[in-house]
Amino acid sequence: MLLEIDDVTKTYAGASRPVLRGVSLTLAAGQTLALTGESGSGKSTLLHLAGALDRFDGGEIHLSGQPLSGLDDAGRAALRRSHVALVFQQFNLIPSLSVAQNLAFHARLAGRPDRDWIARLTERLGLAELTLRYPEQLSGGQQQRVAIGRALAARPALLLADEPTGNLDETASTAVMDLMLELVRESGTALFLVTHSQAIARRLDRHLHLAGGRVV
Amino acid sequence: MRRAALLALWSHWRRHPLQLATLLAGLALATALWSAVQAINAEARASYARAAAQIGAGGLDRLEAPGGPIPLARYVALRRAGWQLSPVLEGSWRLGERRLRVAGIEPLSHPPLPAFAALAEDATALPQMIAAGGLLLAAPDLAADLATALHEMPGRPQVRASDQVPPGLVLTDIGVAARLLGRPDQIDRMLILPDQPIGLAPLSALAPDLQRLPGRAGSDTARLTDSFHLNLTAFGLLSFAVGLFIVHGTVGLAFEQRRAMIRTLRALGLPMRLLTGLMLAEVMALALLGGLVGLGLGYLVAAALLPDVAATLRGLYGAPVAGGLTLRPAWIGSGLAMALAGTLAASLHALWRAARMPILAAPGLQAWAERAARASRLQALAGLGLIAAGLGALWLIEGLIGGFALLAGLMLGAALLLPPALAALLRLGRRRARGVVAEWLWADMRAQLPGIGLALMALLLALATNIGVGTMVKSFRQTFTGWLDQRLISELYVTATDDDQGAEIARWLAPRVQAVLPIRSVDFTPGGAAAGQTVTVYGVVDDRSYRDHWPLLQTAPRAWDRVMAGEAVFINEQLARRVGIGPGDSLTLAPNWQLPIAGVYSDYGNPTGQAIVAMPSLLAHASAVPNRRFGLRLPAAEVPVLAEALRQRFDLPASALIDNAALKAQSLAIFDKTFVVTGALNLLTLGVAGFAILTSLLTLWSLRLPQIAPVWALGLTRSQLARLEIGRSLLLAALTALLALPLGLLLAWALLAVINVQAFGWQLPMALFPLDWLRLFALALLAAGLAAALPARRLYRLPPSDLLKVFANAR
Amino acid sequence: MPAKLILGLCMAILFAAPLRAQGYAGLGSTAEAGFATPEHGRPLVFPRDHGPHPEFRIEWWYLTATLAGPDGTPYGIQWTLFRSALAPGEAEGWQSPQIWMGHAAATSARSHHFAERLGRGGIGQAGVRTGPFEAWIDDWRMAGDDGLRALRLTARGGDFAYDLHLNAEGPLVLQGDRGYSVKSADGQASYYYSQPSYRVTGTLALPSGPVAVTGQGWLDREWSSQPLAADQSGWDWFSLSFETGAKLMGFRLRGTRGDFTSGTWIAADGTATALTPGALRAEPLESSDAAGPEVPVRWRLQLPERDLDIEIAALNPAAWMGTRFAYWEGPVQIEGSHRGRGYLEMTGYDD
Repeated sequence: MLLEIDDVTKTYAGASRPVLRGVSLTLAAGQTLALTGESGSGKSTLLHLAGALDRFDGGEIHLSGQPLSGLDDAGRAALRRSHVALVFQQFNLIPSLSVAQNLAFHARLAGRPDRDWIARLTERLGLAELTLRYPEQLSGGQQQRVAIGRALAARPALLLADEPTGNLDETASTAVMDLMLELVRESGTALFLVTHSQAIARRLDRHLHLAGGRVV
Repeated sequence: MRRAALLALWSHWRRHPLQLATLLAGLALATALWSAVQAINAEARASYARAAAQIGAGGLDRLEAPGGPIPLARYVALRRAGWQLSPVLEGSWRLGERRLRVAGIEPLSHPPLPAFAALAEDATALPQMIAAGGLLLAAPDLAADLATALHEMPGRPQVRASDQVPPGLVLTDIGVAARLLGRPDQIDRMLILPDQPIGLAPLSALAPDLQRLPGRAGSDTARLTDSFHLNLTAFGLLSFAVGLFIVHGTVGLAFEQRRAMIRTLRALGLPMRLLTGLMLAEVMALALLGGLVGLGLGYLVAAALLPDVAATLRGLYGAPVAGGLTLRPAWIGSGLAMALAGTLAASLHALWRAARMPILAAPGLQAWAERAARASRLQALAGLGLIAAGLGALWLIEGLIGGFALLAGLMLGAALLLPPALAALLRLGRRRARGVVAEWLWADMRAQLPGIGLALMALLLALATNIGVGTMVKSFRQTFTGWLDQRLISELYVTATDDDQGAEIARWLAPRVQAVLPIRSVDFTPGGAAAGQTVTVYGVVDDRSYRDHWPLLQTAPRAWDRVMAGEAVFINEQLARRVGIGPGDSLTLAPNWQLPIAGVYSDYGNPTGQAIVAMPSLLAHASAVPNRRFGLRLPAAEVPVLAEALRQRFDLPASALIDNAALKAQSLAIFDKTFVVTGALNLLTLGVAGFAILTSLLTLWSLRLPQIAPVWALGLTRSQLARLEIGRSLLLAALTALLALPLGLLLAWALLAVINVQAFGWQLPMALFPLDWLRLFALALLAAGLAAALPARRLYRLPPSDLLKVFANAR
Repeated sequence: MPAKLILGLCMAILFAAPLRAQGYAGLGSTAEAGFATPEHGRPLVFPRDHGPHPEFRIEWWYLTATLAGPDGTPYGIQWTLFRSALAPGEAEGWQSPQIWMGHAAATSARSHHFAERLGRGGIGQAGVRTGPFEAWIDDWRMAGDDGLRALRLTARGGDFAYDLHLNAEGPLVLQGDRGYSVKSADGQASYYYSQPSYRVTGTLALPSGPVAVTGQGWLDREWSSQPLAADQSGWDWFSLSFETGAKLMGFRLRGTRGDFTSGTWIAADGTATALTPGALRAEPLESSDAAGPEVPVRWRLQLPERDLDIEIAALNPAAWMGTRFAYWEGPVQIEGSHRGRGYLEMTGYDD
């Protein structure tokens, strides 16, 4: 199993109630999974935990067979570099780097720069004309396409996406989502997608719903 | 409505107390250094004014006996010949451990004195001063000491405190002074009063042995010390500018962070004009608060520095300055005004932007790269323009002002050029960078430049000033030390009490030492090109010592031979530069005495003009040349024995004999004291610059998170990022320091070759002190490292959830 | 003569700040300060009393002369040496409490020149001695025999000088009661004698050139410690020589309690008769501010017991003495029942 989440609990510091109260799920390599839920249901939190971005209080998460609970900051950072890629709702990109540099950034960080693959991604994402621009000069849809390209450029085993089209209008949203799913399938990357859209959720292999801090 | 708006505006500061503290600290620091310098200047100027008023007779010609005191009977005889004169008796008076100067004047004939005018209301003052036990006038602190010390003295004089008396001086009736000094029948000089009756016999016939010395035109002290005060003011202004960088940064950030609030307030119907007015009022209130704190700090700084400044002014220019500080409306007003004006200037941009902000515009999304590039080009052009203007000013404006205009243009221009220059360096660094993190680091630093640029400018100015002033002072000191070694050729210096004793000492010494070199001089007011200058002309005897050691800068052929033959003159550098003469020109010392200039010698003793001629030549042209001081050449080992013998034989006071080493040490001590203040201000400025970096890093903090969070998410640890944060600050500081070096050296050159020439009349060779640069470099890194440590620590401790919020929250 | 002048002297001259308020009160009681007071009936002894009296607070040697040039142009000169003691007695050197002040003036109808000298006692710069007589300050001198019969008088300022010989043609005149001159109804008094009959010859040096002059001189000698009453603010003083050979010294002391007038009638043979207080009437007729404060420059004087009813007019209304203590002093012409020339002094008009 690529990702095994087992009875994970999480309470934020200063919060009175736990946001996750024993969540379990698994995700196999190459599989796509959609997680839906109300605002505040803890779906983003679960995604962050899966991506080794934050610590959990109880239970265990295995990523590529490696338990996350025992990892220190550096270990989790290494895991993020090499195994996961992330696409968020916004502010994915590094403002000081150009589109081309952003695209290559994660791959180079992971030590897997692949020029041809990046070039193909750039082509497929329709970014060829924009490589010298800076994030601030792009539209929202363009920015998210760069974010997806950067995520996939590193050939991660798992792509974590948190409402990647949440900030986009419907047309742009469909186009970006289509591209992402297409590329995920082509590259055999597993996808863990958090969304509030049932329509999008239905297009993925599996669909789970989070409510009251549990998977239902 | 107004109240609600004010509350909303104020809530920002409540939520950002650090920002508020930073703003106030920046303002306070800027005001503090500025008002400290102003306070010092005001105090010094007040002291000069007092001294000038007291010694107001300085403008009058005077009669002196070259060899020493004048018998009182001579005064009476000249009065009875009709000459209107006023006698003065002066001397040093020991009061316990203290040595005081006692000035005895004759109140009936002396030109009006402010200190005496204050006594006119008191019917008992004059009888007390003249007829009873005497009345001493002194500055308040000294007056208190005097009253205590004199308590035991029988028939003791009364003491009155007077603000009008210069520090360290006891002013009294000549009769009282004569008693205190134990010189009942002597006076030291006579002032020649302006109104004389008709038909007088000339003084040259009545008193051929007395020397008539010209009064000093204008206030010499003020003229000489102007340069010193201009220097201090320039320093104060620099510190102020550095402090304003902090204010500008913080105010800008506060407005940036309040954009949403401003937009909301306007959407709720608050007129923009009212809002702008409120924000302006808010800024001014903060300025007032910061300014007041700054005044307090400034007072402390000034009080701490003033004793050294006073010592400097006394040592360098003989200008009497009190060591105590009084609150003066002038510098309090100027300090507050500067705080308000500076804050206004620093906030205007932010206010203007806030006022022009449309209600509904979305934040961000502007092409910062393009904008930055355009701004950067403009800034570079402005910087070059300022430097050109500075150079133009030097060419167009005469004197010290032109020199300082050059400095200002140079410094400000260079500061404006700093961000473009750093951007270029960072581009270069990025091209050279290997590894994705390094690339990001360079790119990120470039992106950070607009935010931290001002702080770096402040650092550049502080560092360049440190290098420049440090190089100037050390070069000066090196030259000065070398010059002292050369110039102080005699092993022992002796001063006789009068001419007769001088002659006796010279006779006695002749067989006992290798050479007796008389030090005799007379003031001349030359004609021709040098008209208007007072030149102290020294006569020298022909001795190898002079030919071997005298520090000549320029010489004509056979210079010494011609001077010794009475056919030529040497002049000091000050005179040469001021008048624009040198070897090949000639100097008209008196109507019947014109000599070609055979050389120019360096002279760092004081800023006045000097010349050297052969002794017989001087004696032939001056009627009364004192002969009381001698330099003695003898083996160094014999100095103590001879000194003791001289003391015994002639009953000389300890101060009448000084050996070479002691004189050198004394001179160097005065020199070092002179630049204590400069050093202190230097360090303070650097501290302010370090603080500016800290504040800009802190204020940039909230803007940094969106830059850092993606990188963290992609797999860098917080500790790595924290280290990079410090590294970035260090690198920027290092690059700035590297750029500051050439600017500092340029500044040093300008100080040595332009400012010094204007201020003192001498040009100094520039020496380089790389070790100092290293030390300063380390200091700059330390400041930058310390400044970055706080934000870095905050980053290191930041919970991941805070970083993750970046990806969810709209700005 | 100018008594109040002397009262202000010790402060005003030193600090160049006039002391208005000081007046009498500032000086306090004469006895307390240790100064001597004039005693009625004490005979004057000469030449001793020509010399200084340091135990008294104030004293002066005051000479005025009405002169004429070869063409009859009228001139006047003043030569005054004042002594003021900060404390009674004398000491050597700078410790002397005596302060000396000289005033000299030369006046014509069109010009008025004056000069002032100050000096400390004890060092020799200024003083008076007898055996033979000499009064001096700086290079100004009045010197001659101990009988004051023949004197030489010199002074010079920035734009004038004079060198005059004085020969007495009559005896000394003791004013008041044998030299005891009462100055107020309260009994303030001074010692006062005069030599009103000098024949004067010599040279006057003016900016226009030297002038040989001849004329008549009048010397006043007076010393005291407290010559005015508290309410007295100034005085008008006349020394008049008539063509008949008779002379009149008269004064009016202006006080808030009314004026006090007195004087002495000196017959042509030198016989002096003291006037009873109030016998002399002096009435200002016309004022002028030609040289500063407004002062009366034309007067009507009446002395019924001598059938005297005259008008006197200033030769030069601008004869203002702009010295540290300022007053008006200048020659006058006399018309009316008697004709002649004299000198007028007026103080207390510059308040």
